[in-house]
Amino acid sequence: MTRLLDIRDLHVALPAGGQRAHAVKAADLHLEENEILCVVGESGSGKSLTARAVMGLLPKPHVHISQGEVMFQGEDLAKASEARLRQIRGSDISMIFQEPMTALNPVMTIGNQIDEVFRFHENMPGKERRARALKLLEDVHLPDPEQTLDAYPHQLSGGQRQRAMIAMALALDPKILIADEPTTALDVTTQAQVLKLIKEMQAEHGTGVLFITHDFGVVADIADRVAVMQNGLVVETGTTDEVLRNPQHPYTQGLMAAVPSLTPRAARARSEESVLSVNKLVKTYSSGGGLFGGKARVVHAAKEVTFDLARGETLGIVGESGSGKSTVARCIVRLNDAEAGEILLGGTDLRPLGRSAMRAHRSKIQMVFQDPFASLNPRTKVGKIIAQGPLLYGASTEEAREKALELLEIVGLDDRAYDRFPHEFSGGQRQRIGIARALALEPQILVADEPVSALDVSIQAQILELLDSIRDRMNLSMIFITHDLRVAAQVCDRIAVMRRGEVVEIGATEGIFANPQHEYTRDLLSAVPGKGWFASETAVAS
Amino acid sequence: MTFWKLFARNRSAVMGLVIIFLIILMALTAPLFFPADPFSLAGQPMSPPGENGFLLGSDSLGRDVAAGIAHGAKTSLLIGLLATLVAVFVGVIMGALAGYYGGFIDNLLMRATEMFQTIPSFIFAILLVAIMKPSIESIVIAIAVVSWPAVARLVRGEFLSLRGREFVQACHTIGMNDIRIMLAEMLPNCLSPIIVIGSLMVATAILIESGLAFLGLGDPNIMSWGFQVGAGRTLLRSAWWVCTFPGIAILLTVLAINLVGEGLNDALNPRLRERT
Repeated sequence: MTRLLDIRDLHVALPAGGQRAHAVKAADLHLEENEILCVVGESGSGKSLTARAVMGLLPKPHVHISQGEVMFQGEDLAKASEARLRQIRGSDISMIFQEPMTALNPVMTIGNQIDEVFRFHENMPGKERRARALKLLEDVHLPDPEQTLDAYPHQLSGGQRQRAMIAMALALDPKILIADEPTTALDVTTQAQVLKLIKEMQAEHGTGVLFITHDFGVVADIADRVAVMQNGLVVETGTTDEVLRNPQHPYTQGLMAAVPSLTPRAARARSEESVLSVNKLVKTYSSGGGLFGGKARVVHAAKEVTFDLARGETLGIVGESGSGKSTVARCIVRLNDAEAGEILLGGTDLRPLGRSAMRAHRSKIQMVFQDPFASLNPRTKVGKIIAQGPLLYGASTEEAREKALELLEIVGLDDRAYDRFPHEFSGGQRQRIGIARALALEPQILVADEPVSALDVSIQAQILELLDSIRDRMNLSMIFITHDLRVAAQVCDRIAVMRRGEVVEIGATEGIFANPQHEYTRDLLSAVPGKGWFASETAVAS
Repeated sequence: MTFWKLFARNRSAVMGLVIIFLIILMALTAPLFFPADPFSLAGQPMSPPGENGFLLGSDSLGRDVAAGIAHGAKTSLLIGLLATLVAVFVGVIMGALAGYYGGFIDNLLMRATEMFQTIPSFIFAILLVAIMKPSIESIVIAIAVVSWPAVARLVRGEFLSLRGREFVQACHTIGMNDIRIMLAEMLPNCLSPIIVIGSLMVATAILIESGLAFLGLGDPNIMSWGFQVGAGRTLLRSAWWVCTFPGIAILLTVLAINLVGEGLNDALNPRLRERT
């Protein structure tokens, strides 16, 4: 019997002169009907290119299949003509992407885009096409399918857009669905719903699903079988149970160990001394209006947010996108101006301070940013990036240099980094540089805005460890913004849960995880992917 | 890859660079080969090229066309460069302030920029020179005044996008002042497009200068290509060489500068680098 999809000895060649010759090397994978195969790996592992090779969507001619075959029901797609591939795409094999906003055409209604799929592949009257499209939207549980049909992509939420994408992908009842990180851009509660939907649709139609992800939690929730990729090689395959419960390859073992546990770590004694208290902070954003009036839209990003930060403690602020957690962080470091409330630091209210008055307090609160690629000036050498702060506050060139070198050592980088440019470093190393810059002014408080969400899971663990050790060593207090409850469980002493600008619950991490009071907190906790697979392995956390 | 290698991948850009180099050489060596004043009457009027000792012929007053071209090169290049420098300087300041501060300042500066942009630039330049009396300074000022809005718009756009970048915000959090953030952190990150637009502006400036001189609005005491074309336009049918050779000089220079500008664009803009 021929398999649904059989990838044998697949090599995907990269342009000459790159870091590696092959993005994918000798990959052997297969997919049966009615099965979900998760291909999991870190960035650069070649998982996405494998998926694209199946679809014939490699960025040719720079990247191409140089060897091996992709057998789809006995037909080799690696050798198929462009016309044949076009026929197969959409009808036999379809794909959903990470970012539905960019994958959908912004100037076409959802209905028209689904209609297109039918028109290209099948011959049927307009009325029937509309009826089929409507049925599809119902199947993916979109509220009010009639209206959604006539909606433009920007009128839907991220989760709804991904549902519409799934509807489109399943329009012609394909035999294979390729999903490339379809839930990575979504909030955790939405992610849980979309994963459930994919699984449901897959079971209903008996589709084979090739699911690309970096998240072991998602793997645990959705996969029947798992293939682990590292640097273009498939290092381990097996059923979900085999791979997750008893990983054989050291790389898989490492990845599994790096997934933060949902069990909070042991509580530490909380200092009596409060270093920062935020009282009834209010911040609203308005958009629209403009020169000639018009009605402005007002969004409450922070509604009377109140919390205390004790010396040496890490306070986590968790919430989904749009909850206002980043706004609060930015108001505290005064990148944004809050409209009302108090930000008390050592008895001074920072909120009303003007730019020059604020300068004296700037050094006490420093920030670590989310995107390690955007947060360092690409034209400035690393040493100067770190030394800049002390220089501004009157240190001599020599002192600043020594400080920078010392900090490079603290964050675990070589002396030689001093004279290099940021682009010579990896994401994790850059985040270390960002941390060194924040520490250069010897702050009392470090505000970290999603410092690990752009990093691979193994690097993530290292950075979290670094932040922890620095906090203890320098007696820092930390405000840690994250959307990831696993990360929060590992670094935070206390957690504030935010939703739509409000703190709905605040308390010790253990309490929040063991006994969440607010309904929303419970929703968040139950939506964490891979619950029960990793939580039992508490030993990993240390 | 080094910058030169990237630049040299564009063959025509290298050609352009060679031409510019030759023109500069010509401007520098003009006093050696043509020691006399290019306005002086050197011999028989209306001599065709190659006759009466005139390499490229002479005009209706017996002035040497070749000498005019050699001496005019300096004028054209100088005015092109100076006007561009002034325009870039003003444009960067306006654009940077507008993009960095946004809001009211942005509105104010951009409305002002638009006011300049609504007037057709060549007519505006004629008007300015006519008001100020033709001289090198007034021509440079006029060209700069009509050219800076393009730079301001470009720089504003770059600054708007850079302003939100995390490394700029990081500078705020360490308490760096605004001027320093703009000059030391943001400006170096938008130098490439400024260099590209600047190089192309030199070509435009040379064209505007030639146009002004053609209309008789050039500095009357300084030889320039536009002036030569203007002086020869009535003789186009009887003495074609008077207009043609300075015209070719303008064409070559502008073309060469445009080619170099394109080459710079390819080399400095990493996104276009792979587009071959």
